[in-house]
Formats: sequence, structure tokens, C-alpha cells
Amino acid sequence: MAAPGQSRFVAQLKRYYALYTGGFIGFVVLLSIFEQMGMPNKMLGYIFLGATVLLYAGIGILSRTSDVAEYYVAGRRVPAFFNGMAVGADWMSAASFIGLAGTLYLSGYDGLAFVLGWTGGFVLVALLLAPYLRKFGQYTIPDFLGARYGGRIPRTIGVFAAILCSFTYVIAQIYGVGLITSRFTGLDFGTGVFVGLGSILVCSFLGGMRAVTWTQVAQYVILIVAYMIPVIWLSVKHTGNPVPQVAYGYVLQKVTAREQALNDPATPDGAREAEVRSILKQREKTTEDQLQALEAGGAAYLAEEKGRLVKAAAELKGKRDADPKAIAAADKAVAEFPADVDAARKAWRAAAETDRVKAAPIAAHAEPFAGPDPATRDKKRKNFLALVLCLMVGTAALPHILMRFYTTPTVREARQSVFWALFFISLLYITAPALAVLAKYDVYTLLVGSSFSELPSWVSAWASVDKSLMSVTDINHDGIVQLAEVNIGGDLIVLATPEIAGLPYVVTALVAAGGLAAALSTADGLMLTISNSLSHDVYYKMIDPKAPTGRRLFIAKALLLAVAVFAAYITSLKPGHILFLVGAAFSLAASAFFPALALGVFWKRANKAGAVLGMIGGLAVCMYYMYMTYPFFGVNAPLWWDISPIASGMFGMLAGFVGVIVGSLLTAAPGKEMQELVDHVRYPYLESDGKDRPV
Amino acid sequence: MQLTQRHREYWRKNLRLTGMLLAIWFVATFVVGWFARDLQSITILGFPLSFFMAAQGALLIYVILIGYYAWRMERLDREYDVQEGER
Repeated sequence: MAAPGQSRFVAQLKRYYALYTGGFIGFVVLLSIFEQMGMPNKMLGYIFLGATVLLYAGIGILSRTSDVAEYYVAGRRVPAFFNGMAVGADWMSAASFIGLAGTLYLSGYDGLAFVLGWTGGFVLVALLLAPYLRKFGQYTIPDFLGARYGGRIPRTIGVFAAILCSFTYVIAQIYGVGLITSRFTGLDFGTGVFVGLGSILVCSFLGGMRAVTWTQVAQYVILIVAYMIPVIWLSVKHTGNPVPQVAYGYVLQKVTAREQALNDPATPDGAREAEVRSILKQREKTTEDQLQALEAGGAAYLAEEKGRLVKAAAELKGKRDADPKAIAAADKAVAEFPADVDAARKAWRAAAETDRVKAAPIAAHAEPFAGPDPATRDKKRKNFLALVLCLMVGTAALPHILMRFYTTPTVREARQSVFWALFFISLLYITAPALAVLAKYDVYTLLVGSSFSELPSWVSAWASVDKSLMSVTDINHDGIVQLAEVNIGGDLIVLATPEIAGLPYVVTALVAAGGLAAALSTADGLMLTISNSLSHDVYYKMIDPKAPTGRRLFIAKALLLAVAVFAAYITSLKPGHILFLVGAAFSLAASAFFPALALGVFWKRANKAGAVLGMIGGLAVCMYYMYMTYPFFGVNAPLWWDISPIASGMFGMLAGFVGVIVGSLLTAAPGKEMQELVDHVRYPYLESDGKDRPV
Repeated sequence: MQLTQRHREYWRKNLRLTGMLLAIWFVATFVVGWFARDLQSITILGFPLSFFMAAQGALLIYVILIGYYAWRMERLDREYDVQEGER
């Protein structure tokens, strides 16, 4: 590529995206004028989601390509700045956009493990992998494994692991897409999944990496604008300072003071909290007693209890002046009574657990590893640090992220693009803890203590939409809201912030579009990784190395379609828990890839046997630990050193490093050719690279 | 290709830089995290220090580490004449 070509290209890109950003802001302003003129909310939601999805499809169509380098690595001419934005969108998923602030709201300091893990991993990417992968300059991560260690086996394991972790992760993203489209358009979940998927496909199907890159840049702009606006507004509302990241330190102090007041029965608010908590404790004990009676009496006890409820309802109806509300409640209690012993045990255990948690004093938001005794605190600290390490190393091993560093023009720009990537990612990650604290302040001071007859409008609005996200019940019948009477689901924080801040509905629609952008951009990158592994590594490199370009791309696109439909099908079955899927993807990537990739660059002695042993061993240990300990699989074996299953990559990683080192040392050193390949990737330019180097 | 003495020196300097930056990364993340409970009482900008580090401080350090690495390595590339051609 000639010098003036690239700089003209960069100038053009800057102009396009500046225009685009301006146009997008204009679009939001226009819609808010429509809203003032009386356009209904549902319509605004449709227009917003429809317009953004059409935009992504449009970029996809404009970037269609039939060139192999364009399809797989966007022609290797993505400037550092824009690659940084694309990595940002690729990286930040539905879990970051919607889930993170909620997790921080619910778990305070301990939730910051995700913030640290999902940013600090880029230090590893920058220092240990990105520049070297760029110099290597092929198309996929298994390409590197195949070339560095030689033979088919390392490549095959790489393909298997890349598909395994990307597929686990993509399910979580499509799940998010379905959730957002169904919530904001009223379509059902399954249809939402397929509509979202359609827009993912139009984009990556036609233009591969090239289309995905330019769409991701556009998606980054939408998602960061959508995240920032409500938080800035909320910050102005509570602190008068439009920079929430700076201002919320003092809000945090107020939250901490409020926590202490609510936990202290000597204050009026604290006394009311204590009253509610004692009712909850009593209720928990009643449920525990029921559970014990159930274990002793079995089905007979259950029938007897149900009989009692039926009788009570009948008696109530017999009375002439019975309260219709009481009758409805009694009927509901009968209708919702568990059908058999297993269902009763499950329902009552869950109820007792909920009450037990709500009856406990409020945990301090800023206190790290809170716990009643040193042993609990130590365990929390250990798990916090283990999770941070797993997420970091997983970040530096997820193929869809590493692949993006093949797309820059030079090694130098690869290094710079990691900087831009983390810069753009940090904007959101530094804001999320601020949002959590600001929302908490709102709940602790404005909602708690308000009267049930005059709840803030966002509370009643969300409570009527989804009970699992927001519910308030007057447990002690004093007509005033206590914190222990409020139930908030984590996802509410981001979704409801515009309303908490008192912003018009158009901002809520903007947040939905932002969440969709986050989920779609990550899904795009992941699907491309999966189909490229299959088409490039399996088909072209293993099955038919002489395949002509046209057929390679045809196969790539056909596989993309197949993978997408299969993933949507699996998602529509609603398997498991999003956070588990995400955690599993990171642990799997950390165990399978990181040791072989990093040692492949930094340790010339690493050889094929070591890589094979390390990758298989790491994957096997990680999968084994997940299977044995994660409640989803039902084995529930004892934990190793108290490390919880979400950090199972700890053990996998360790096994991976030991595997690579031991396997390599037990077998012969790699040949001269391999050593030269390592030298080749270590230096941005060597004379043996052969290419001209204009000075 | 046979590497020259200069090449080896370049790689050694790169390793030293990488090791140093990783050490800072490790301290900012894991050492600070380990002592988080002990750092609570120090206040900075209204935040307890441990909370500030995990929510903002460490992130800023990461960004600076990566930025410094990119800048330093670019100079090192030129110094040892292993830089790529100008585009």
C-alpha cells in the first residue's frame, strides 16, 4: 500500500465517522422533538431499533467483498484508532453494557473483579501477544498455533477450543439480543432472537471482517453515547457535576453514611428497617419449619397443608362481608401451592433463602470482602483475586479479540491500537461503578422513606413490567418504603437509569439501542471467529489446500449461516445462566490458549508435544472442574481450595503452563525453522523478511 | 537468518521493559487487591483508596502502561533499526 493511499483513507474515515456521529446525535434530537409532539413510546422504540439495525445492514452491504484478505482481516488497513473502537465494541458485550452496573449495585466492591479483569487483560494483550501476532500476520489464531508448533494436531485443538469458547460466548450474546428486542418491541423472545440474528448476518455475511469492523466502529459510537447520557444527567441531578467519574466519590460517602443509619436501630429509619427484618426473620423461620415438617410428613403433610388453605379460602367466601382482596389472595395461595414434594421443597427453600438475605443488615458498598469472620473474608479475597486473574488471562486469549490485531497495517499500529482499545473500553468501565453508586444513592435516599401511595414513577412503571426486576411490598404495613421491602434485579440499573434521572423516553430507547449494539457487535465478532475457524483452518488448511478463492469464501459464508442458525436454535432453548456462560468462555479460553500462545513467542524451546499436552491438559482440567463444581451440572463435588467454579480457569491455566513446559522439556527442541519463525515474529522488521522497507 | 548482537540486545531490552511493566500491572492489581481491607481507611477524592484503585486507579494505570509500551517500543525499533517502513 502506497503512503498517500493509507493517509487519504484515514482522512476519509475520520470525515465519514464524524459525519455519522453528528448525524446520529441529530437523529436523537429529532426523535425527542417527535416525542414532545406526542409520538407514542412504542413507536419511538420501533423507530430507534429499526433505524440502528438498518444502519448496520447498510454498512454491511456497502462493505461487501469477495477478496480473501478483505473478508478475513479487513485488508489489513484498519488504522489503530479505528481498530481500537472496533475492539471496544467487539469486547463490550450485553453483559458489560447491561449487566455490569447491576452487578456492582448488588455486590459493591466485590463486583469490581469484573471491572479489573475485563480491562487489565489488555495489558497482557499489549505486552505479550498483539504485536507478535500482527507480525506473524495470518488470518486466525489456530493459524499461529499451526505454524509455530507444526503439524495438524495443534491447529486442530486450536480450532476445537476456539469454537468451544466462542460458541459458549455467542449464546450469551444472542440471549441478550433476544431479551432487548422482545422487551422494547413486544415481539416474543424467539422472534426477537431471529430478528436480531438477521441483522448480524446481513453484516458479516456479505463483507466478513471488513463489514464487521466498520459496523463495530459505528456500534461503539452508539453504545458509548447511550451509556454516558443518562449517567451524566444523573450525576448533574445529584452532585451538580457533569463528570460522574469524579463526582461520585462524595456520593459514595453519603451512601456509606446512609448505610450506617439504616443499619442502626437507634435512628428512626433504622428502627423501621429492623422491624421489617424481624418480620422477615420470622417468616424465614416459619418456612424452615414447614420444610422440616415436609421432610418428616412427605406428601401427606403437603396434602394436609393444601387442605387447610382451601378450607380457609372457602370459609372466607362464606362470610357475607368478606374483603374481595382477601378472597383473591386466598385463591392465589391455593392456586400457587406447590404440586408435589419436590416442587414444594424447591419453592420453600428459595423463599427461605430470599428472606434470609433480605433480613441481613445492608452490606457496605465500598467495603472489600465483607464477612463476619476472618475465614469468610479470606475466602472472598482469594476468590476475588482468582476471578480477576481468570478474566484477565481469558481476555488475552479470546480468539475474536486477538484476531482483530491481524487487521492493522503494521506492528506499530497494532501496539497503538491496544492502547486505543483499552482507552475506549475504560470509558465505559470507569463509568459503570459511578452509575451503580448514583443509582444506589437514589434508591437509598429518595425511594426508601417515600410513601407507598406516592412511589417514584419509575418504580411503579418497572414494577408493573417485570416483578423480577423491581418489586416493593409493604411488609410491616406502615405505608412507608423500607430498604428491606425493595427487591431490585441487577439488569434494572442500566435499563431504568433514564427514568430515574427523569429523562424523556427517547433516552430509554437510546439505551435499548446501545444494549443491542453491544450484544450485536460482540455476536458479529464471535460468529466470524467460529465460521473462519471452520472455513479457513478446517476446510482450506486441512481438507482442500488447493481450493480456489471463490470456493473458500462460498464455504465461509455457508458455514457462517449454518453456525448462526444453530446458535439461534440453541439460544431459543434458553440454556442456563448468562453469567455462567460468559465466565465459562473466559476460563476455557484462558486454559486452552494463553500458555501455548505466550510461551510460543517468549520461549523458543516450546515445541509441538508441549503445546499439545498443555492445551489438552488445560482444557481438560478446566472442563472437569466446571463439570464437578458448577451447580448446573448437579455433581456439586467439594471445591479445590474454596475456588468457586466461575474461576475454574485458574486450574486450567496452571495445568496449561505445566503441560507446555513439561511436554517440551521431555521431547526434542524444535527445529531451526521454528526458531526462525519465532525470531521473525519477535522483530517488527528483519532483513530476512524480504519485503522492501522504504525509509 | 543469523541474528546480530544488536538484535539480541533489542530483544533483551524489550524483555526488560515487558517485565517491568508487568510488575507494575501485578502490583496495581494483585498486591493492592490483597491488601484492599487495609487500604480502606485512606481517602482519596472522597473514595476509600481500595475502592478508588479497583474502580478507577488501576484502569488508568493500565491505559498508561500500554501507551508507554507503544511509545517506548516505537523508539526502540528505530534505535535498533528493526522498524517497519513508513506507510
